[in-house]
Amino acid sequence: MSGGPVGPGVRAGVLALQGDFEAHATVLASVGAEPSEVRVPADLLGIDALVVPGGESTTMMLGVEREGLAGPMRDFHASGRPIFGTCAGMIILDREHLGLLDVVTRRNAFGRQVHSFESDVDMGLEGGPLRAVFIRAPWVEEAGPGVEVLAEVDGHPVAVREGSITAIAFHPELEGDDRLHRDFVEEAARAKAGASGR
Amino acid sequence: MRDEATFRVKAGLAEMLKGGVIMDVVDAEQARIAEAAGACAVMALERVPSDIRRDGGVARMSDPEMIRGIQEAVTIPVMAKARIGHFAEAQVLEALEVDYIDESEVLTPADEANHIDKWPYKVPFVCGATNLGEALRRISEGAAMIRSKGEAGTGDIVEAVRHLRTINGEIKRLSTLDDAELATAAKEHRAPFELVQAVAREGRLPVVLFCAGGIATPADASLVMQLGAEGVFVGSGIFKSEDPERRGAAIVEATTHYADPERVLSASDGLGQAMDSLEASKLAEGEVLSARGW
Repeated sequence: MSGGPVGPGVRAGVLALQGDFEAHATVLASVGAEPSEVRVPADLLGIDALVVPGGESTTMMLGVEREGLAGPMRDFHASGRPIFGTCAGMIILDREHLGLLDVVTRRNAFGRQVHSFESDVDMGLEGGPLRAVFIRAPWVEEAGPGVEVLAEVDGHPVAVREGSITAIAFHPELEGDDRLHRDFVEEAARAKAGASGR
Repeated sequence: MRDEATFRVKAGLAEMLKGGVIMDVVDAEQARIAEAAGACAVMALERVPSDIRRDGGVARMSDPEMIRGIQEAVTIPVMAKARIGHFAEAQVLEALEVDYIDESEVLTPADEANHIDKWPYKVPFVCGATNLGEALRRISEGAAMIRSKGEAGTGDIVEAVRHLRTINGEIKRLSTLDDAELATAAKEHRAPFELVQAVAREGRLPVVLFCAGGIATPADASLVMQLGAEGVFVGSGIFKSEDPERRGAAIVEATTHYADPERVLSASDGLGQAMDSLEASKLAEGEVLSARGW
């Protein structure tokens, strides 16, 4: 799946403490955004959108604490700029971690690595279902009233949206399907145009 | 519709480990310390490599009860080692549902002619390599992650540097060759032509490449990351040092900020004694672990 670039001038940061941040940066660049790596609070300045990638959520959360990134990430969210979390990213955005997304996630919900899998997930996207890769993936155990469920697997939400945050339990950055990144960058471009128009 | 254990799923877990530190642990207590220090996974084994060297004798797969204790103690992935060619140990580790199997030269090889056929397993495998051909042979057998071998249990980084530079230098060279030359290169590397072609095209291995064997300090981690490792394994380097909690966290920090000397500096401050070390070049022939496997 691909088309022309959608986000010229959109600067998309990827949290780069640990995990598959390079894979996200590659897809973001391929859809026309300018990716950058976020390791310290100063890296959040001047970016229009933030990806919280897959990785080990415990490791990433310890890194967020070590770098003092929790407050700056909350401020980033409060500014209305979009955030996209995948897998571990969904976990650390939840109520029990950064508290930006009104859900409780269940870690390793599908089991250990031998139970990791690929499956078709229908998010109502143009072009049909995604072939989604679930790796020691979480699901959403509990969601607040403002949270929209975008897709489920085995009766559990694996893709949700609340305000400017989209969070999913799988890995489009490894799937060769750039539709979700494309939507994300388009959203960032709109948010940016809206903010500068005010 | 739903497919478990595809190669994408197996290699995908290694993608999630990138930029992280995988620490050797021998019990649940060490596993908890490793997790709290920021390890992205732990390697469960009965003796760290420096103790295997000291004790001698046959080094085997660990006691499943010990591995289970570690699985119950932490939520990060738990890896475990099987002997080279010992597919029955690998079957046991799969039944135990470890997250990754390391077919490792640190244990005493069980087969002098054949590595494990890794394709039939649902659990992914990581294997060691000293050069590109060795890495590609392991990948052709089904390995979903490669680590440069280094020389485990020494605290001497020189072999890790040699192996990383060799692998990445050989990858660079492939990208300058045409198809006829690549066919010759495939023979020289004793690796499948299709894999050699893919490496030449992409300029990298088709799976994640970590570095192992000899990392003892934050600066060691920074060094190998700058040389192209995508993450590090630390064996004896943490729990054989004076202050494992601090050294573990410091190596994690230096792996994240490997390109920032100021951060590697602050991570290196006041860590106490590193592990007791051995100079790799002074090892007797039979003591060189990286020569195991082919």
